[in-house]
Amino acid sequence: MQKLVVIGAGMASGRVLEHLFDTAPEAFDVTLFNAEPRGNYNRIMLSPVLSGEKTFEEIVTHDDAWYADNKVTTRFGEKVTKIDRDRKVVVGENGEVAYDKLIIGTGSAPFIIPMPGHDLPGVVAYRDLEDTNAMIDASAKPGGKAVVIGGGLLGLEAAAGLRLRGMDVTVLHIMGHLMERQLDEAAGYLLKQDLEKRGINVMLKAQTKCIEGDGKVERVLLEDGTVLEADIVCMAVGIRPAATLGQDAGLEMGRAIKVDAQMRTSDPDILAVGECVEFDGNLFGLVAPLYDQAKVLAKTLLGEDDAFKMRELSTKLKVTGCDLFSAGDFAEGDAREDIVFRDPKRGVYKRLVIEDDKLVGAVMYGDTADSNWFFGLIKDGSDISEMRDTIIFGPAFQGGGAAAADPLAAVAALPADAEICGCNGVCKGTIVTAIEGAATTLDDVKAITKASASCGTCTGLVEQVLAVTLGDSFEAKAEKPICKCTDLTHEDVRRLIKSQELKSQPAVWQQLAWKTPNGCHVCRPAINYYLLADWPLDYQDDLQSRFVNERNHANIQKDGTYSVMPRMWGGMTDPDELIAIAQAAKKFDAVVKVTGGQRIDLLGIKKEDLPAIWSDLNDAGMVSGHAYTKGLRTVKTCVGSDWCRFGTQDSTGLGIKLEKRLWGSWTPHKVKLGVSGCPRNCAEATCKDVGVICVDSGYQIGVAGAAGMDVKETERLIDVATEEEAIEWTVAFVQLYRENAKYLDRAYKWVAKVGLDWVKETLDDPATRAALIERFDISQSVYQHDPWAEHVENRKAQYAPLADLTTEAAE
Amino acid sequence: MSWTDIGALTDIPLRGARIVKTPAGCIAVFRTDEAEVFATSNKCAHKGGPLAEGIVHGKQVTCPLHNWVYSLETGEAQGADEGSIATYPVKIEDGRLLLDTDAVAARNAA
Ligand code: SRM
Ligand SMILES: Cc1cc2nc3c(=O)[nH]c(=O)nc-3n(C[C@H](O)[C@H](O)[C@H](O)COP(=O)(O)OP(=O)(O)OC[C@H]3O[C@@H](n4cnc5c(N)ncnc54)[C@H](O)[C@@H]3O)c2cc1C
Ligand code: SF4
Ligand code: FES
Repeated sequence: MQKLVVIGAGMASGRVLEHLFDTAPEAFDVTLFNAEPRGNYNRIMLSPVLSGEKTFEEIVTHDDAWYADNKVTTRFGEKVTKIDRDRKVVVGENGEVAYDKLIIGTGSAPFIIPMPGHDLPGVVAYRDLEDTNAMIDASAKPGGKAVVIGGGLLGLEAAAGLRLRGMDVTVLHIMGHLMERQLDEAAGYLLKQDLEKRGINVMLKAQTKCIEGDGKVERVLLEDGTVLEADIVCMAVGIRPAATLGQDAGLEMGRAIKVDAQMRTSDPDILAVGECVEFDGNLFGLVAPLYDQAKVLAKTLLGEDDAFKMRELSTKLKVTGCDLFSAGDFAEGDAREDIVFRDPKRGVYKRLVIEDDKLVGAVMYGDTADSNWFFGLIKDGSDISEMRDTIIFGPAFQGGGAAAADPLAAVAALPADAEICGCNGVCKGTIVTAIEGAATTLDDVKAITKASASCGTCTGLVEQVLAVTLGDSFEAKAEKPICKCTDLTHEDVRRLIKSQELKSQPAVWQQLAWKTPNGCHVCRPAINYYLLADWPLDYQDDLQSRFVNERNHANIQKDGTYSVMPRMWGGMTDPDELIAIAQAAKKFDAVVKVTGGQRIDLLGIKKEDLPAIWSDLNDAGMVSGHAYTKGLRTVKTCVGSDWCRFGTQDSTGLGIKLEKRLWGSWTPHKVKLGVSGCPRNCAEATCKDVGVICVDSGYQIGVAGAAGMDVKETERLIDVATEEEAIEWTVAFVQLYRENAKYLDRAYKWVAKVGLDWVKETLDDPATRAALIERFDISQSVYQHDPWAEHVENRKAQYAPLADLTTEAAE
Repeated sequence: MSWTDIGALTDIPLRGARIVKTPAGCIAVFRTDEAEVFATSNKCAHKGGPLAEGIVHGKQVTCPLHNWVYSLETGEAQGADEGSIATYPVKIEDGRLLLDTDAVAARNAA
């Protein structure tokens, strides 16, 4: 009999032995080493053991009797330290064993981030029974706290298990959403919500700094200063192939031990299987392909032909109640088409990715009942062109005749008691009755039945009912959706963000049933603005959702350079500022222009020079002029009572006060002000978004002027007696505009929509004005900071090229 | 192929881009997802707009100057606009970004 030695009693090598003993029980005399003090068990079921849903005994795959029956010499609890290929022996901690054939199945080792404190007792990985038992023991302490570092598959299973055992659990994840390798953002968002519902605290973009404790772990510190108490820390941040034995033995290596399709290493008598191998550039981390490998390896040993092939993989999370599924390549692209289905009420998200009439990827959350069917379509590469329109509804909808293929026919076929609007419980019959009464538009139906008046996601269905009932006389609503990513209008989305308290972009995409994974260049800046305007304290402004000018805090020019324009409060400057501007212009080779907004523009600045020129201007006491924003631009003033023989009030002073109060705020479109010292109006205040004309008796405040593509005189909002009142009304007006206008509507367009009377009535109430001003100031506490100084301090690196290869390659 | 380390994945913000200067001109490296990157020429086929400054959505970028939209996979302009930009192999290994500089040079020679 040939001598076969196996290193590692893991999931892969265990399968190899099963195949061998099934087909040729007498072929080999087997010796099995395992570093763990036990034989083969179903490692993936450690999670139910941790959570208490299973015992360890239930997950053992090969017990002592099995090894005895198959005459396997077991050397458990003994690590192999060396392979001597010349003598064909394996060296274990307790002695050598000779081999004719050798299998390496050493799996992986968990990766431990070498941060300070990583070696304290109480810091564990999640790989074997010892780790699992350490976590179970820690959970015995009442009110114990656990921190899990890593929001991937393993980390979340650990977190869920610890939570079920009663611990207070926090998951720290460095990325922007959970399980980013398997899930897209929308599914990651739902998963986070579900885990939080279970009482697990999830912190994203969390940078762990160190672990501290006196003799054992006591707390985890984050880079942002957060301190988390911990009785146990589980680090589940990834695995590395355990391949040193192969490397030391001089086998051909990649990132792991290289094998061919027959699972042979570069030494024909040594085979390898499982997570310790690299095949065709691929590493492995899930069992399905390892089982395929095991089958091939057994055949190779027995001299039969077979070849290992890569195949599609799917992932599920073993946390009861978090139903997710991910398979294939689900990142979307252009040769590719996405089909997205979202049911916000049930927390369901499904996304299919189709390429060349084939399904290539799928992500599902909340309802994974059909996942096997979809996975089958991916694996088989089936042509799905016939069922494209209804494929997202799953196998039950296929081959169902006309109703399945044509959405209108499907709606027509619905019974009268079918629910259309889930929020308000309105069924089809009620809507049809309303239409047969008098309703002919979506708004009519909304008003009469309340259908689509809440979350709005059934709007499309209601329109289909209208279309079916009215036939040709139905015209779809005039107000256009924001873009192709949604059926909702700007106004709908603004309302829903407030009423449903949506505070992040993924929340908007999911709850409002976005049709694309993460929006487009049209909707993203708008949604980003709405979120930061409505939730200044909760929402984190997203630079990647901003147009280049607002991301780089300068105006891009046609040749890719930028213009830099510092603020000149109310158009006033002094010799020191002018000298600093002149020096900066010289140093950075700028073209200098006096603008129409009473300040100086430095043009032709290179992107990588921006932080340096800002820093110089900051040093001279100047801040960004925001000449590039949908925000406050300039407050144009005239010389006023300080100098002018006709000036009635200090127009320059009021202009400066207004600019200092309003600068830094983001608005739906740009906001420009003017303050003139008398009705001669040298500051052109009567064509601004807000224009103040000083008169003997006080201040006339006009709003909604325009002098760009349209020219329009301001309309009088109110006359007030004091400067304080002028400022109060101006701030309240700007905040009302910020909270209500559609993105990219200048103030005059918005006022035309809502009516000046409504604006006047609303602002007339002192309590309303005070509340608006309070909300404006809360927002300013976040946003009234000089972005130039901030970027010089925190984001300087982003302005430089990632790498410069021009010098290297020239050699 | 000649894989050259050009920096860390985390140097590029999610749905953002950075440029790499090469003898063949500027290459834009886009990060479309937590662990998904693409490299293309930084120059818009319309009027040379710097694509790395565009808004990144899905696997596409919108040029900051006049809103042409490109597929980062194929380099083709989308919709009614006609034109294309060069794309280059780039990959992520252990959190590092590797760019195939041979492909960049070949493109330049061609
Ligand atoms: C620099 C300046 C021209 C100048 O050399 O004087 C200027 C330059 C630009 N204006 Fe302007 N506008 C400038 C004063 C004006 C004025 C006059 C004023 O503010 O008193 C107007 C008419 C008033 C108004 O705002 O409507 C004006 C109406 C516009 C418009 C039309 C807006 C509209 O709603 O109709 C645009 C286009 C837009 O914003 O969408 C625009 C857009 C632009 C842009 C940002 C075009 C662009 O998107 O790249 C130009 C940027 C050039 C650059 O790189 O700096 N600019 N622009 C002025 C800067 C003033 C400042 O100190 O901040
Ligand atoms: C908690 C958990 C949950 C998981 N859930 C899933 C899941 O749901 N789905 C899925 O597909 N995959 C899952 N996995 C991954 C799956 O368990 C692994 O892919 C699989 O176990 C790898 O098999 P293997 O045989 O390569 O290595 P292992 O099963 O790790 O076996 C390797 C063995 O070799 C031993 N060994 C290492 N070095 C030596 C040495 N020098 N001498 C002697 N012995 C040595 C080790 O002690 C170990 O027992 C999960 C993993 C864990 C930890
Ligand atoms: S009017 Fe304004 S937008 Fe037009 S070219 Fe002049 S600066 Fe540019
Ligand atoms: S330069 Fe890119 S769209 Fe015009």
